[in-house]
Amino acid sequence: MDKYIEMIRIRFLMMLAYRTNYYTGILIYSINIGAYYFLWSAIYGEKDAIEGMSVIQMSTYVAVAWMARAFYFNNIDREMAAEIKEGKVAVELIRPYNYLGMKTMQGLGEGIFRLFFFSVPGMVIVSFIFPLQFSADWTTWIFFVLSILLSFLINTQINLLTGITTFFLFNNTGLIRAKRVVIDLFSGLLIPISFFPLWAQDILRFLPFQGISYVPSMIFTNSFSNNEAVQAIVMQGVWVIILIIPIQVLWIIAKKQLIIQGG
Amino acid sequence: MFYITIFFQYVAQYMKTRMQYRADLFVEIFSDLLFQAVNLIFILVVFGHTNLLGGWTRDEIIFIYGFFLVPYALFSSFFNIWDFNERYIVKGELDRVLTRPIHSLFQIVLERMELESLFGAVTGIAVMIYAGNSLGLEISWTDPFLFFLFVIGGMLVYGGIFVMIACISFWADARTSIMPMMYNIGNYGRYPVDIYNSVIRFVLTWVLPFAFVGVYPASYFLGKEEWFLYSFLTPVIGIVFFGISILTWNSGVKRYRGAGN
Repeated sequence: MDKYIEMIRIRFLMMLAYRTNYYTGILIYSINIGAYYFLWSAIYGEKDAIEGMSVIQMSTYVAVAWMARAFYFNNIDREMAAEIKEGKVAVELIRPYNYLGMKTMQGLGEGIFRLFFFSVPGMVIVSFIFPLQFSADWTTWIFFVLSILLSFLINTQINLLTGITTFFLFNNTGLIRAKRVVIDLFSGLLIPISFFPLWAQDILRFLPFQGISYVPSMIFTNSFSNNEAVQAIVMQGVWVIILIIPIQVLWIIAKKQLIIQGG
Repeated sequence: MFYITIFFQYVAQYMKTRMQYRADLFVEIFSDLLFQAVNLIFILVVFGHTNLLGGWTRDEIIFIYGFFLVPYALFSSFFNIWDFNERYIVKGELDRVLTRPIHSLFQIVLERMELESLFGAVTGIAVMIYAGNSLGLEISWTDPFLFFLFVIGGMLVYGGIFVMIACISFWADARTSIMPMMYNIGNYGRYPVDIYNSVIRFVLTWVLPFAFVGVYPASYFLGKEEWFLYSFLTPVIGIVFFGISILTWNSGVKRYRGAGN
């Protein structure tokens, strides 16, 4: 266990070293939030509410969704792809730890760094510029924390899956990019899932993506009742468990394939 | 003439290497298409809840998006210089480029070409035709020429801004991630600028003139007379910005002292 915690710490310190990335990161996110804020104000126009959400709830949704993204988003799929292509993964595999677990921990280290040094200050800056609404209810905060941890797990699992595909495809930069685009749309980062036409919502219900962005953002903006929040969090948990299966299966096949290539 | 021959030689070489990895090429075009689809879906879903966006209809917004895709496709095919700092400055590859008798920027543009992005222009035109049809737009004989002029202008605006950002590497050592930020700001120009507050509108028109890649030139074809002046400024702004970026580049190259190895 100690070595995994050490991994989180090392990654955290690595993030501290790249400071310009960090400052521009906050700017990028603020700009994105700004763009969507104006867009949504124009969309709302004279309307008080769309799909039960007010303009203020909507701008809060956008801000939280982007700031939560800073926590759950990581590039471990790209890192895995690079390590596999350069053959470094062979060394990683003989080391006394679980490679996938280690990657997850590195992602977590990155996430924790961004959460404290990026999302929280970013949120403060953004709340000065745009009208946002924070919940005073402590249950909302507990639900939110739980939900965002599960978001991280689901997103990381999907990243691991994409990373493992490098074993089978020679070059998966296109795939990684496609995955990112799909997640941004179907996770509810750009538009809340409840805004989609009903038939699309029915399909999305059977996919893990809305557990990444939609659920925590809806909880934060109080757009879910307590009941709905609990249900959504349970669904997130179920997805975390389901996703373990394809990862393990692909990982076993991938390791076999690696031996053939290295022999 | 010399430059044109070189250009085609590079293109031929590029085709050869690309055709070696066809699956790759396919996935890349596919992920581009997906990206364009996501933006369209966004517009469609949004207009499921409103009829007007700051006075613009759904089809007008779709038309602007379609137009934007064309100069953007040209830009991403030829100005793929987002990793200029790492590749050419940090790794010192610019030394190699500078020893050759063609302009350094031209060479880098050729080396980093990504012609498969041109596919985006096809989608863009298709989207425009679709939106134009449902709006009942009529095409006059001048339109193709103006379209060409505006597209080139838009590409030069984008190219100019990104070349100037790449030039930062000549003066500052620090690794900056301004490039991805610019991609985000570039997206602002796709929507009618009148929905933003006046500061942002000013920035998008005169400082980082991304509005000239989307909404301004597209307004001409949509017959929005109040924006015509801006529409016709598109090629001018493009040439001015690109010109400034070349001058900046040239003085940056003079300052360049190599990676020191």
